[in-house]
Amino acid sequence: MRLRLVPDETHWDFMKWRHWTFGASVIAMVASLIIWAVMGLNFGIDFLGGTTIRTESTQAVDVGAYRAALDPLALGDVTITEVFDPTFGPDENVAQIRIQAQEGAESVTPETIAAVEAALQQVDPSLTFPSVESVGPKVSGELIMTALIAVGASLAAILFYIWLRFEWQFSVGAIAALIHDVVLTVGVFSLLQIRFDLATIAAILTIIGYSINDTVVIFDRLRENLIKFKKTPLIEVMNRSVNETLSRTLMTSGTTILALVALIALGGDVIRGFVFAILWGVVVGTYSSVYVAKNVVLMLGVERDPKKPSDAGTQFADIDA
Amino acid sequence: MLQIALWKRLSILLVCVIGLALAAPNLFYGPVERHNDAATALERGAVPTPEIEAALAEWPDFLPSGLVNLGLDLRGGAHLLAEVQLQDVYASRIDGYWPEVRDILRELRDTVGTIRRQEAPPDELRVRISQPEGMQAAVEAVRELASPIVSMTGVGQTDIAVSGSGDVLTLTLSEAERAATDDRTMQQSLEIIRRRVDEAGTREPTIQRQGADRILIQVPGIGSAQELKELIGTTAQLTFHPVIARGADPSTTPSADELLLPDMEDEGVFYLLERSPVVSGDELVDSQPGFDQNGLPAVTFRFNPAGARAFGVYTSENIGAPFAIVLDEEVVTAPTIQSAITGGSGQITGNFNVEEANRLAILLRAGALPADLTFLEERTIGPELGQDSIDAGQVAAVVAMVAVIAFMILSYGIFGFFATVALSLNVALIFGLLSLIGGTLTLPGIAGIVLTIGMAVDANVLVFERIREELKTAKGPARAIELGYEKALSAIVDANITTFIIAVILFALGSGPVRGFAVTLGIGILTSVFTAIYVTRLLIVFWFERRRPRTIEV
Repeated sequence: MRLRLVPDETHWDFMKWRHWTFGASVIAMVASLIIWAVMGLNFGIDFLGGTTIRTESTQAVDVGAYRAALDPLALGDVTITEVFDPTFGPDENVAQIRIQAQEGAESVTPETIAAVEAALQQVDPSLTFPSVESVGPKVSGELIMTALIAVGASLAAILFYIWLRFEWQFSVGAIAALIHDVVLTVGVFSLLQIRFDLATIAAILTIIGYSINDTVVIFDRLRENLIKFKKTPLIEVMNRSVNETLSRTLMTSGTTILALVALIALGGDVIRGFVFAILWGVVVGTYSSVYVAKNVVLMLGVERDPKKPSDAGTQFADIDA
Repeated sequence: MLQIALWKRLSILLVCVIGLALAAPNLFYGPVERHNDAATALERGAVPTPEIEAALAEWPDFLPSGLVNLGLDLRGGAHLLAEVQLQDVYASRIDGYWPEVRDILRELRDTVGTIRRQEAPPDELRVRISQPEGMQAAVEAVRELASPIVSMTGVGQTDIAVSGSGDVLTLTLSEAERAATDDRTMQQSLEIIRRRVDEAGTREPTIQRQGADRILIQVPGIGSAQELKELIGTTAQLTFHPVIARGADPSTTPSADELLLPDMEDEGVFYLLERSPVVSGDELVDSQPGFDQNGLPAVTFRFNPAGARAFGVYTSENIGAPFAIVLDEEVVTAPTIQSAITGGSGQITGNFNVEEANRLAILLRAGALPADLTFLEERTIGPELGQDSIDAGQVAAVVAMVAVIAFMILSYGIFGFFATVALSLNVALIFGLLSLIGGTLTLPGIAGIVLTIGMAVDANVLVFERIREELKTAKGPARAIELGYEKALSAIVDANITTFIIAVILFALGSGPVRGFAVTLGIGILTSVFTAIYVTRLLIVFWFERRRPRTIEV
């Protein structure tokens, strides 16, 4: 007996909903951009400069008392958040303190850190500081640039590779799907105000990798079917390709989501934001492979000349590595 | 039919065995690490003590002993990104030219008149002469100081540029000389930081140049970034200057060729010194803590021949005059020269205790940093936090693994089982390869491995789904399996190449933890394609040859 996520043969008309889904995607993207513009992103110190101090104590965290202790130091904008995690024991009370970048100093001065630590230990002598991280404004500016370049370079490289292996319409479709995924991810980060730092950029690039993986598998089948069914309308070939690869799509998403859920539940709070981004990206990426990438290809149309034997790919399409 | 040549079978098995062997030491992390530490200690010439022998015996020599390095976020430690203030060096180079320029122009007194050093940006020397009509001669004379540059890029150029306009003569370093100086400064800074960090005997520090003027320093196991900064010491510049006046008024503004520095101990006492040092710390070859004739802690030092000569000449010409020993912009002491010191060694006495003398000697011995460092980024991660992350990551990886295995076996039966064997092997190969290349495992790296566990089955899923489809057209099981692998290949290759491109870009542009993630992701793609295509296929072929099933269910 086998577990089947979908019946062996399906003939679901995926493309029937293409207008609805495409509309929904456009609305979701616009909404993400608006949320982003209005709420902004909760940038971490990687991008904003400043200092974060993680505190751990056997006593309960008292955010108000911490704040009162730090106020006399006049450090500017200070945020104190308590961190909760199911992996913490009863005597692990963790808080995260973030201090804005100080005027005129590249990174935090040792005196500032010593003063902060002393002030907090007045409140709670059992307090320890498992991590202290400080990034100067100079580096953070560069990190933003590098991050943007990384995302841009990835998109360009993929655009080029898909164009080489398939046709330009596919390439445009794939990129549209990727941009869709990235925008929606940024939107969610803005909406939930999850900390956005370098690891998030790595997560976004991973999402791009996962999503393109998914898109390519469906495109590959589409390319094959376009050769097999030369006379069938494009939309039907697409439906067929999605149906044929559906079981695989769900299996792979399923195993990946299983692994990620394990990580999000048990992997500790330090990487939760990172894993959440990837998890969200897997869901969105799976959806966008079917509805965004193919919709765009459908709109652009694919040139199909029934006389030529291998018209559905470019000259590189038959190279198997 | 399903066939794999014998040599292919053997190579596939061999790769798996080697991978497992390379990964194995990581299961015994503690003992292997102690063994490796002991081995390095012996290599460095440590005397074999019972402890070292015991540590050495914890892991046999003939087994592979490469380990995956744990990143700072897992092991705990400190991370600093320092920017070297390269222009500091220009300033000291320029200061070094002043006495020579002064002497040359003094000889030309008849044509240029009196000279005076002007205030100027630190990388420029400006001299005003009282007879502007002698400028031409002055420029030509000073130009004699220029020497050709010996470097790949600067062929045919000289190290300084001299120009005159009106009554001001300007000396600057040439472009090529600046580039050469920058490079030398960076090399020197790297070397000195490395030596100082090594003196502290920490394990596997990372000291890397980043970009034109930055140095990344990561030291696992050190208590805090602050401690690391103290260890590196931001300056520790030792120089010897002629004293113009002791007890100078702190409110005086020194002229361009003078320095006003405070005394290290006596508060409120200032010295007026000549800006150009007689000898600087670069020329120091050795420094040891010791005691002076009164039994008080002192630091002895020795110069290299050039330094010894300069020091000898100066002391013999200035007997009876005071000179100042300056450390980090503070006058340690300003003794009077009793006799010519020609041997090139001397002693610094001051109000030190033994510990301070010791620390000063280490700083001097390691050499002065040629330029100041500013710290752009600093991170301290406590060891407990790292251990928590490792534990959490392990639990998550095991749970993910079990979940995926159950899911695969439920979905594909015996084939799913083969895929999970390949998956386990895949994780082992990732660790094997990481150990082989001395890669670093970071927290995002663990996430990368867990993600790979999820995604690695993708290639197998593609193949199995394809086999299912091919079975429907009833070509017989062997043919279906073969076609399944064949037809799924292009999708597998395209999908993995695109992901690999991302890993490469992440590696090229990322830093620290992101880079660690890129490495595990990239390696994970390579090993998962290998295990999914070759290993599962081999397993299926073995199984098929033994059972010869008439029908198969995937």
